[in-house]
Amino acid sequence: MTPSAGSVWGVHDLTVRYGHRLALDGVSLRVPSRQVTAVVGGDGSGKSTLLRTLAGAVRPVSGSVDRPLARRIGYVSATSGVYTDLTVDENIIFVARAYGLHEGLPARIAALLERAGLSSARGRLAGKLSGGMRQKLAFVLAVLAEPELLILDEPTTGVDPVSRSEIWRLIADAAARGAAIALATTYLDEAERAAQVLVLDRGRALLAGPPDEVAAALPGALCDLPPAQVTADLAPLSWRNGSMRRVWVPGGALPTGAAAVQPRLADAVIVACLQAEVSASASAGSAA
Amino acid sequence: MWAIAVKEFLQLRRDRRTVAMLLLLPFVFLIVFGYAANFDVKSVRAVVVGPFAAQAAAVLPKVFDVVATRPADGRAQAVDSLRRGEAVVAIVTPSSLSGKPQLLVDGTEFFAARAAQVAVASAPSTSAAGRLVGSVKPQILFNPELRTSVIMIPGLLGLILVFIGTIATALGVVRERQAGTMEQLAVMPFRPRDVFLGKIAPYLLLAAVDMAVVVAAGLLVFNVPFRGSVLAFALGAVLFLFVTLGIGVLISTVSQTQGQAIQLAMMTLLPQILLSGFIFPLYSIAAGIRWIGYVLPLTYFVRIARGIMVRGAPVSSLWFSFLMLAVLGTLVFSLSVLRFRRDLAPAGRSRTSPAISAGEESPPRPDASAGAAS
Repeated sequence: MTPSAGSVWGVHDLTVRYGHRLALDGVSLRVPSRQVTAVVGGDGSGKSTLLRTLAGAVRPVSGSVDRPLARRIGYVSATSGVYTDLTVDENIIFVARAYGLHEGLPARIAALLERAGLSSARGRLAGKLSGGMRQKLAFVLAVLAEPELLILDEPTTGVDPVSRSEIWRLIADAAARGAAIALATTYLDEAERAAQVLVLDRGRALLAGPPDEVAAALPGALCDLPPAQVTADLAPLSWRNGSMRRVWVPGGALPTGAAAVQPRLADAVIVACLQAEVSASASAGSAA
Repeated sequence: MWAIAVKEFLQLRRDRRTVAMLLLLPFVFLIVFGYAANFDVKSVRAVVVGPFAAQAAAVLPKVFDVVATRPADGRAQAVDSLRRGEAVVAIVTPSSLSGKPQLLVDGTEFFAARAAQVAVASAPSTSAAGRLVGSVKPQILFNPELRTSVIMIPGLLGLILVFIGTIATALGVVRERQAGTMEQLAVMPFRPRDVFLGKIAPYLLLAAVDMAVVVAAGLLVFNVPFRGSVLAFALGAVLFLFVTLGIGVLISTVSQTQGQAIQLAMMTLLPQILLSGFIFPLYSIAAGIRWIGYVLPLTYFVRIARGIMVRGAPVSSLWFSFLMLAVLGTLVFSLSVLRFRRDLAPAGRSRTSPAISAGEESPPRPDASAGAAS
């Protein structure tokens, strides 16, 4: 089985509640095949809820979900979801049995483990693996059945840089083989590698589109200033950038002598969050 | 110390189930088990057979509750009645008025047998009852020496397995939930019933081996007889283990932590010990409490185990106990599957096309299942 070409999975106008708490509010996400679609946002922004709903683990209040059959979905949860008291091989055999995989299985397992750098760890308990190795094992389990839709919830969080780059190589591999990949991450440099990005904040979509377009659409202008030159009126609209502070000027009129900086995705996300905060405060103020 | 005590209180305040158990359960258990703890037998089921059965039934001491009067039957049929558990005592009237009746007592019903012996011995010799059975020496069947081990060990088999099985399976789902693998199961192509059956299968096998070992030990070490059908006993044991392990899984599905699961498992164990007829005869327990015993699997396993092992009772006489275990098994299975559905398929299963089946290629066309309806 190989993922079918041209599929577009996703959610449309999705609303999810946990009790009285609104976790997602009218969020839409398209996950085309052969692409990585990144969902970014801070803690509690709704990234995991969105991916879990797409996977079928959460029932939405309203909206629609387009997803393939469960056996055509690969999922890596935020906790990796591997059985720590089973060995690498035993975890793989469990998943293979669950998905009814037989044909060419040993060769496929060997190839996947080789690519993931886990060949020498087949007999080790998953609980004894390093964080990066465990995440790679979780990835191997998720792609074992060659899913059409691969859902990865923060697959590189807490993982060392080398393992992160290895995991990204595996992700790119899976996309090249035709899988539609939805990935949540808090690392904006990772999100820049995706074809599409959705920025969430407190359950609402702030930005969506290709990362470079999202960055280019940043309103106003950006510049870098030494901290001492950041005046009180600019301070709320600035953030640390190395030894400098990056300043967002909504009107575009930069301080004298400051050079405009080409915005990146991270800047666009921070600015969008700042705007959302300002508008939330304004609404709270008018309500009071 | 103060900091830890305050922290414990804060944690306890959020674990309302534990607080409720700590505060309410002692009171509930005292009331329930206070009424249950009763060895007094006020009524002994009896059958009366032989040519003068009707006359004898009319004058028997009050403690005997005559459930059948059969003038055409003899001793063999009376023994069969006791074997089938129809009655605890059988009075076989003689063929002539000058003869002595026989008083047969089921030795597996310890307290009822004792009550019958006392009733017969204490009947005034001048009364009609005294003249009928006063000088008759009861014949204890199936357990002539009224050995406690013969009565207790068949029930003890069940109790041991309730204890081991319920706790073992009660931790199963909670462990998955706490390790984060439950979410993984939820998105894998498992049906809720696959998870239930998969969860209990290994324990069912282990518990069956346990059961065989404990039965063998009972026979060899404690000389408990095994007079009935091994196959019938095995069927009863498997049904009983299915219910017991299933209760463990059900407990697991409604518990968030391993501590909660163990607390709930213990809550199901105590009633089984005291209200199943294993220690106190069910018919001695106050009627308002007795019904609890009728929904406990150990109640029916005790009947099956004592009946088949000690009395050699046929399956036909124990059909109700087998049926009840099957009903309880179905109930536990259904409730567990319903609970699993909440965890494993909250959004329903997607369907891209009715033509799709396992192993086939999915078409590129996505499904568009409305979230609220899926």
